[in-house]
Amino acid sequence: MKNILKSTLAILGVLVTFSSCNNSSNSGQKSGALASNVAERVYVAPGEYDSHYAFLSGGYSGNLTVYGLPSGRMFKEIPVFSQFPTSGYGYSEETKPMLNTSHGFIPWGDAHHPDISQTKGEIDGRFIFINENNTPRIAKIDLKTFETTEIIEVPNSAGNHSSSFVTENTEYVVAGTRFSVPIPQRDMPIKEYKGNFKGALSFISVAPETGEMDIKFQVLMPGFNYDLSHPGRGKSHGWFFFTTYNTEEASTLLEVNASQNDKDFIAAINWKKIEEYVNNGGGTMMPANYAHNVYDESTHTATSTMKKEVRVVNPSEVPGAVYFLPTPKSPHGCDVDPSGEYIVGNGKLSANLTVHSFTKMLDAIENKKFAGEAYGIPILNFEDVLAGVVEQPGLGPLHTEFDGKGNAYTTFFISSEVVKWKLGTWEVIDRKPTYYSVGHLTIPGGNSGKPQGKYMFAMNKITKDRYLPTGPEMEHSAQLYDISGDKMELLLDFPTHGEPHYAAAMEASLIKERSQKIYKLADNKHPYAAKSDADTKVVRKGKDVHIYLTTIRSHFSPDNIEGVKVGDKVYFHVTNLEQDFDVPHGFAVIGQNNSELLVMPGQTKTSVWEPKQVGVWPFYCTDFCSALHQEMQGYIRVSAANSDTPIKWSLGEDIE
Amino acid sequence: MKKASIIMIIGSLLLLGLFKFPLWNIMLGAPQYPDPLGMNIYIDGIKGFSEFDLQNIDGLNHYIGMKTIPKANEMWEFSLFPKVIFGMAMLGVIIGLLGYFNKVSYKYFLGWFLLMSVLGVLGMYDFNNWLTDYGGNLDPHAIIKVTNPDGTPMSYKPPLIGFKKLLNFDVTSLPHTGGYLMFIGMSLTIVAFWLGRKTSLTTKT
Ligand SMILES: [Cu+2]
Repeated sequence: MKNILKSTLAILGVLVTFSSCNNSSNSGQKSGALASNVAERVYVAPGEYDSHYAFLSGGYSGNLTVYGLPSGRMFKEIPVFSQFPTSGYGYSEETKPMLNTSHGFIPWGDAHHPDISQTKGEIDGRFIFINENNTPRIAKIDLKTFETTEIIEVPNSAGNHSSSFVTENTEYVVAGTRFSVPIPQRDMPIKEYKGNFKGALSFISVAPETGEMDIKFQVLMPGFNYDLSHPGRGKSHGWFFFTTYNTEEASTLLEVNASQNDKDFIAAINWKKIEEYVNNGGGTMMPANYAHNVYDESTHTATSTMKKEVRVVNPSEVPGAVYFLPTPKSPHGCDVDPSGEYIVGNGKLSANLTVHSFTKMLDAIENKKFAGEAYGIPILNFEDVLAGVVEQPGLGPLHTEFDGKGNAYTTFFISSEVVKWKLGTWEVIDRKPTYYSVGHLTIPGGNSGKPQGKYMFAMNKITKDRYLPTGPEMEHSAQLYDISGDKMELLLDFPTHGEPHYAAAMEASLIKERSQKIYKLADNKHPYAAKSDADTKVVRKGKDVHIYLTTIRSHFSPDNIEGVKVGDKVYFHVTNLEQDFDVPHGFAVIGQNNSELLVMPGQTKTSVWEPKQVGVWPFYCTDFCSALHQEMQGYIRVSAANSDTPIKWSLGEDIE
Repeated sequence: MKKASIIMIIGSLLLLGLFKFPLWNIMLGAPQYPDPLGMNIYIDGIKGFSEFDLQNIDGLNHYIGMKTIPKANEMWEFSLFPKVIFGMAMLGVIIGLLGYFNKVSYKYFLGWFLLMSVLGVLGMYDFNNWLTDYGGNLDPHAIIKVTNPDGTPMSYKPPLIGFKKLLNFDVTSLPHTGGYLMFIGMSLTIVAFWLGRKTSLTTKT
């Protein structure tokens, strides 16, 4: 109790200090005529394009949303880990396998940290990766189509949080576990956690050409919690850094029991060393069971394969590959500056920001200056690796990004602000309030060796008073700042969808021209595609009825179908014959138990319908596609289970 | 005369550009098509300006009952035109060569030009007929029927040359690279004639 009282007093003290700072910066804010200039800087005139794409994770929505900067307009929601009735993702037969896991079909996910693929330390705009926290998975979205094309489940992992950050040539995407668990999973008393649970840090290789993912190895670390991570870059390329908390290895009431140690660790992992070890046959294959789901763009179909083993590495088997850097206090964000020299550990409960030096770390390792070890892993001396401290910059530091001009920007959750400070001198340069309880922040390219630092946006957990209220539940909010000058300038508030944990952003020019407009019908290799009206047909196979259906403005072919019976399983395979940008057709049939379909030009999607009642039932196009969209409809006749109505279909004439 | 003959040969050979480049281009822009749809007319067939333009033009045109854009094998013109163009180019080269060796007079250059002009006018006449049929010969079951103020059915004939507004579409019809090469080539044969005449007059005096 005494402790709590003390810390409250301390926080109040710090607050007083900061509020004076805030006031001084507020009084300097522009107003009146100059403020209207701010509106011009985010105004994107009708028909004009934003200069940047931003990809915001949706947290509990399981999806990824695409925004334009500086307008803050939302362009698209990309379904990743959750079913999405808007397009039929996770409902259509082709996309159901994407959500397959070792726990079966999981229709929801908790999407956290998107990261764009890189080449030579620069964002290349090919793919974007994002992690799922709850049922550990990593997804890859192809930025040619803005569709999820691959999802790999991560075994031995739980709370896949310190993910999905990519190395500087996209050699690996990491998936670090937040919760340590028994590996392999087994029935054991929870109180025996300490020393028995382990934390798996997975290195998922990405094939240079295709982008195909594969778990190359997992490092089985001590049973701490692994919170966030960041690849080294430039001089520290080849290393990966992970923040830890609960180095106490408590299993209950963590808010107290995991906050006892004055310092937790940043785990520094020399993945190149482990990779070499693995390439020479190191590590052991461990039985596992995890799904690898791949969407094939030519068949428009995903397949799910269950993998049965994974290579694990015990860090003590690879001397010199893993070290612990003491970091105060329950660090959350782990961020590496563009040069690769500074590793920022944001101690949630620390009044100061700790910055480690990569050079000093190497030096300490070389001179074997160790303070001790944990589970066979050397612990370095705090003072030996410390580059500097940003003194009392704010309360509750979480995440840091960089502008490439020697400045860092850190979010402070408790004091709801972004603080700009200088690398090397550690002095605070500027601070701006956010609204409110800010989590992550993003600078376009900020997660690469070459930030494109004109804008920065902060993603907040609380929105109250920023927009018209919408009942108890509101969308979260982001604030966009111009960071091209010495001082940050607030430009815009914009609502975000779901809970945006992190975002990746980049100049639009890299993606825009490569964005695909249609799927070529000629390349459609879907086994049930009908590439012209001549290919349409209805085929019965036992109780399964396959309808090869086409759509074009403004009809289905066929539009009259008979011979289906109660108890059948009817597969509507809908091929959109259009080859025109932005002309999808929809498909829905009365009593459908899953969702509609939205079929892109040249694409085939399948919906299963199980008629339960005799009758003549309509189906129709759900996407207003043309002047005669309302006429885009058809009928399917359902006869009794024991009837002998023959299979027939027609378009443009009555069924004979 | 040698110079004139070489120009005659070059002029005739420029016709061969029609085997690579389109003769004519028709573009259709509309608010919902910020990237306009278009067709390039070659001497041996019609191609979309972009890969799927023909399919999309046909898709739009079916509302108003227009026929689909003809395939190469659906019009005799597309098998005849290449032969005529190739023949004329060869004829021009032969006349040029004969001129070079003083076997024929420069007047043949003008003869070739006049023949080419007659064929060209016939071609334009045929093209215009096709446009009239394409734009006016509509399916009586068309979904959308638009009439002129006087009650007659509206024609969707694209302009032979120039710009026209058809419903919400801005239609522009202009010669394309192959066409321009042909015009330049034909002009060169006139130059050849004029030059030949000049040299011949100088020699005589
Ligand atoms: Cu439709």
